[in-house]
Amino acid sequence: MENLIALLVAAPLVGAALLLCGGRRLDRAGHWIGSLFAVASFAVAVVLFADMLGKSAEHRALHQHLFSWIPVGGFRADLAFQLDQLSMTFVLLITGVGSLIHIYSIGYMEHDERRRRFFGYLNLFLAAMLLLVLADNYLLLYVGWEGVGLASYLLIGFWQHKPSAATAAKKAFLVNRVGDMGLSIAIMLMFTTFGTFAFGPVLASTGATGEGRLTAIGLLLLLAACGKSAQVPLQSWLGDAMEGPTPVSALIHAATMVTAGVYLITRSGAIFNAAPDAQTAVVAVGAVTLLFGAIVGCAKDDIKKALAGSTMSQIGYMVLAAGLGPIGYAFAIMHLVTHGFFKAGLFLGAGSVMHGMNDEVDMRRYGGLRTHMPITFVTFGLGYLAIIGFPGLSGFFSKDKIIEAAFARGGTEGWVLGGAALLGAAITAFYMTRVMLMTFFGERRWDPEEVHPHESPKVMTIPMIVLAVGSVFAGGLFSINEAFVTWLEPVTSFAHGHSPVSAGAVTAATMVVLLIGVGIAWRMYGRKEVPAVAPRGSLLTRAARRDLLQDDFNHVVLVRGGEHLTRTLVYLDHSLVDGAVNGTAASMGGLSGRLRQLQTGFVRSYAVQMLGGAAVLVAATLLMRGV
Amino acid sequence: MADLSFPLLTATAAVPAVGAIATAAVPAAKRTAAKWLALLCSLATLGLALVIAFRFRPGAKEPFQLTESHAWIRDFGVRYDLGVDGIAVALIALTALLIPFVILAGWHDADPLEGATPNHRWRPTQGFFALILAVEAMVVISFEATDVFLFYIFFEAMLIPMYFLIGGFGDRAGPHGEEQAATQRSYAAVKFLLYNLVGGLIMLAAVIGLYAVTAHQLGAGTFSLQQIVEARASGQLTLGTGTERLLFLGFFFAFAVKAPLWPLHTWLPNAMGEATSPVAVLITAVVDKVGTFAMLRFCLQLFPAASSWATPVILVLALISIVYGALLAVGQRDIKRLIAYASISHFGFIILGIFAMTSQGQGGATLYMVNHGISTAALMLVAGFLISRRGSRLIADYGGVQKVAPVLAGTFLVGGLATLSLPGLAPFISEFLVLVGTFSRYPAIGVIATFGIVLAALYVLVLYQRTMTGPVKAEVGGMHDLKVRELVVVAPLIALLLFLGVYPKPLTDIVNPAVGHTLSVVDKKDPKPTVQVNAVPGHGRPGQAVRDQDVEAAK
Amino acid sequence: MNPVYYLYLAALLFTIGAAGVLIRRNAIVVFMCIELMLNACNLAFVTFSRMHGNLDGQIIAFFTMVVAAAEVVVGLAIIVSIFRTRHTASVDDASLMKL
Repeated sequence: MENLIALLVAAPLVGAALLLCGGRRLDRAGHWIGSLFAVASFAVAVVLFADMLGKSAEHRALHQHLFSWIPVGGFRADLAFQLDQLSMTFVLLITGVGSLIHIYSIGYMEHDERRRRFFGYLNLFLAAMLLLVLADNYLLLYVGWEGVGLASYLLIGFWQHKPSAATAAKKAFLVNRVGDMGLSIAIMLMFTTFGTFAFGPVLASTGATGEGRLTAIGLLLLLAACGKSAQVPLQSWLGDAMEGPTPVSALIHAATMVTAGVYLITRSGAIFNAAPDAQTAVVAVGAVTLLFGAIVGCAKDDIKKALAGSTMSQIGYMVLAAGLGPIGYAFAIMHLVTHGFFKAGLFLGAGSVMHGMNDEVDMRRYGGLRTHMPITFVTFGLGYLAIIGFPGLSGFFSKDKIIEAAFARGGTEGWVLGGAALLGAAITAFYMTRVMLMTFFGERRWDPEEVHPHESPKVMTIPMIVLAVGSVFAGGLFSINEAFVTWLEPVTSFAHGHSPVSAGAVTAATMVVLLIGVGIAWRMYGRKEVPAVAPRGSLLTRAARRDLLQDDFNHVVLVRGGEHLTRTLVYLDHSLVDGAVNGTAASMGGLSGRLRQLQTGFVRSYAVQMLGGAAVLVAATLLMRGV
Repeated sequence: MADLSFPLLTATAAVPAVGAIATAAVPAAKRTAAKWLALLCSLATLGLALVIAFRFRPGAKEPFQLTESHAWIRDFGVRYDLGVDGIAVALIALTALLIPFVILAGWHDADPLEGATPNHRWRPTQGFFALILAVEAMVVISFEATDVFLFYIFFEAMLIPMYFLIGGFGDRAGPHGEEQAATQRSYAAVKFLLYNLVGGLIMLAAVIGLYAVTAHQLGAGTFSLQQIVEARASGQLTLGTGTERLLFLGFFFAFAVKAPLWPLHTWLPNAMGEATSPVAVLITAVVDKVGTFAMLRFCLQLFPAASSWATPVILVLALISIVYGALLAVGQRDIKRLIAYASISHFGFIILGIFAMTSQGQGGATLYMVNHGISTAALMLVAGFLISRRGSRLIADYGGVQKVAPVLAGTFLVGGLATLSLPGLAPFISEFLVLVGTFSRYPAIGVIATFGIVLAALYVLVLYQRTMTGPVKAEVGGMHDLKVRELVVVAPLIALLLFLGVYPKPLTDIVNPAVGHTLSVVDKKDPKPTVQVNAVPGHGRPGQAVRDQDVEAAK
Repeated sequence: MNPVYYLYLAALLFTIGAAGVLIRRNAIVVFMCIELMLNACNLAFVTFSRMHGNLDGQIIAFFTMVVAAAEVVVGLAIIVSIFRTRHTASVDDASLMKL
């Protein structure tokens, strides 16, 4: 069975190679080839999953060693895969949602002349993402980690002729590289501490080293997670990443890649468990981001950017849960999976709306679309109910557990975290209701002469329906007998949290804040007419529209500062370093110019010099003899 | 010691040397024949280099293999001693591999200008290819020489053909017309020559000094690397601390100019900017490698104590090179100068790895030399193809190339990604090894050097964005995509980058023992991890323990 | 007679020759002054040979004569050719290292 693991990665990789090197001959069939390889990978994943279910919990982990990758001295990196319950969960999510989005893209990208290449990049992404979750050591994980970064770069910048897309792609890659730096230093630190960076030995021997090193490793891993998962302070790229085609936003920037940080923290659980300071940093980042993303999401008029803010916020929840240790890991992953369903569904819905609205993204130019796109409306609506945590739907189960676990951290910290999570839930309800109302309800604010909203073709709606079904039932299914927690327990370990507040009280409180959020949104956008041009808004609104000024900060400090630095250095290199050398050359030239004056060509002046020289020599000889 | 069998190492250097003469002798009218002859000779050299690689036994006891030894200048103890270790094999293979691509890429670079009056005595095409082969011959023999004097001669002699290649052949893409370009070119060529000559002269003094010391202490002066290393190990030869440091500095200075290390780097951007792109590849991917290679072979092995003494300063200079080169690359407006500054940054990594004195650092540095050669060749040659289409080196003159020439843009991107060390491509492995090797001994320096990876992403992606993406510029509009000859040049390089990124074992197997030998001469051991990890049942790699035993047994 | 007087004479002759080379412009005169210096040296050599009682000085004197003869041949040829092109034998006029 373990020999199948490599096939998971190989299938999309072959697809990517075929599509990217195949040339124009494959233009007509490219999308089918790409989808085929994605579905093939999913099929392998299902086979492996079925096999895994058939075994007892302790024997489920599979291992496949391909070959020794980099053997230099004591440094041994292997190309080896590890498939345990945690990886399996991710593999199913990635290949499942990935296949759906491949199929959706067949319709969405129909009129794009570079569709073949788009599918090549999507396949490349799948391969890299699967490598990330299947790697059995941190270095191989790093390969996948940067691989998804590359795929994300290529896909955000897919419409390269737009300068904004090219810039967004570059920004995403650069910000991610800052995070990657954290991961690579973490790997180096693991190597110098443990002499290896394979998951097994490292995670099993955390007890043998001091807490200081583990805290350092933990913080570096957190930096990496911040970059990839768009957490504060490295969150600025995600909003711009919406320049990419919508299926990309759904797959990479909502369902899978951005959750890699959560995977990393959960996978490295043993390190964080032994480093409480690092854990505190993780929960702090999670709590701050969940509020940050939610606030940004409230102010955006671009439907995709509002959803991007929401993604940031939801991943904040996951990071928060992952930072809570064994009481939170399983819920972090559970929320990750349910989020994968409903957020992908929401993005595909947004894509469907854009598809019908001539690629308009401004929600102020939508309105009253529910009658024009019924399927989109229903699927989007189910996703909406799931994300705000409507009782019985997926988000309800997963988010509720996280809020509960946050309270269970105990002490003041527990109250602060729990409070932040509750507040986040209220804001989530507010901004999602806002999106819903502005898009599907109210008066139409578009010109029927110019746009003709219509439902998308079946190839797009079917994936949306499947995802909507997932958003409705996944959470409930996972919670029967704590099935999901039991499934993950051998990998992530699990402990029941002891909350100072009873579970019922948390649920009740969540319901109350949910209603408040929905109510406020309905008062602001449901009862009143939405102006087609955004009002100026309060100071907070304006700041939130500009991503709470982080971009402005980056621009002034990093971009401007960097430009000045490089310009100064270029000048100095020319004037100082090169100048010193050229100065030496010039002074040599000057000196020889002077000396040249002696060579007049007059024979008699040479004769004088010779005579003088001879006299000096004779004198020197006599003097030397005298001494 | 003399090996009576076929002198493989001599032959590998002799084939391109003879080829150079033969190419130069081809009559003026038969330019195409000269090109094919040069290509054939370079391919024959590649064949011989592969034979060396296969005949080389990585596990063997003796430090140098396939040795040849003949007396040359008896009075001064100069010998014609050749021999290769794993590092040399890797670099010879790299050189022999790159030259055919350089020749192919420069196929039309030395054609007479259209409309120029045919001159039957002036043969620039023949000269161009003959000079390239001459450089190859000298570089190969520099990698093979185990006699310091022999090495020195070819180390210096390769400046002559390089000088003519830089000064004599431009890419006709200067911003101010041919006359200005010619002035710039000759400036660059003279600068290249002077820098390297100064370095070489200082080294000559050190070479003579070394001879004097050996003559004084051993009775008969010698230049033989192995003899000196053995004499030092057995205590027959002892250098005073001051003498050793001076000699080390003399050698190191020459290599630091060639490599080049900050602040001796300013000749490289000029030379690479003005030369045609195949010649620029020749400079940075082939000739400069002799400098870093010689640090490993001569500086460390001849003067171990002085190397350790100078390490802190050299590491700091290497660190400055990394960050400084990258920052300057960000600020460049000329594509080729940008790549040149990127190379300075990469040479910083190589030197960092060498002087970190760990097996990861030095193994990584050796891999880095090979990988940087391939990746820079890919990037620079594609850049050359791009420049030849538009006739400009300025980044601002491009935009939207991706739309009109997607294959060109794609290969350029892959070259760029290799330059920024994307995992999956070969340079990642070497860069990571260098960083790990440095970090395990000097954590702070390792961390700062890691910033280089962010800066590398910045300059590569900014270059790609400005030239390839965005709206199509009017002048770029009619640009055609890569031709077959150009694809033949680029595709194998990219394939190699991918292959060595996924399966570098053939290379590491050859390099590891040589690095181990170098480290044992310097008397350094890898730092031990703070925690001894035992194989964990159930989690560990199956067969791990068994494999380790196999390795032990094989030794 | 004390051989030292010959040395004084040689020194005097050499000084006259040197002064002539430095002061006179006519190439022929300069040339003759050089011969004077050479012969002064010859005289000194022969004197030393006599004083030390070996033949080395005399042998060198012969060498000098041979060299001087060769020099005269080449030198006069140059002077003549300069005179033919420039119609002057002044050494200051021939300062450009070419005819």
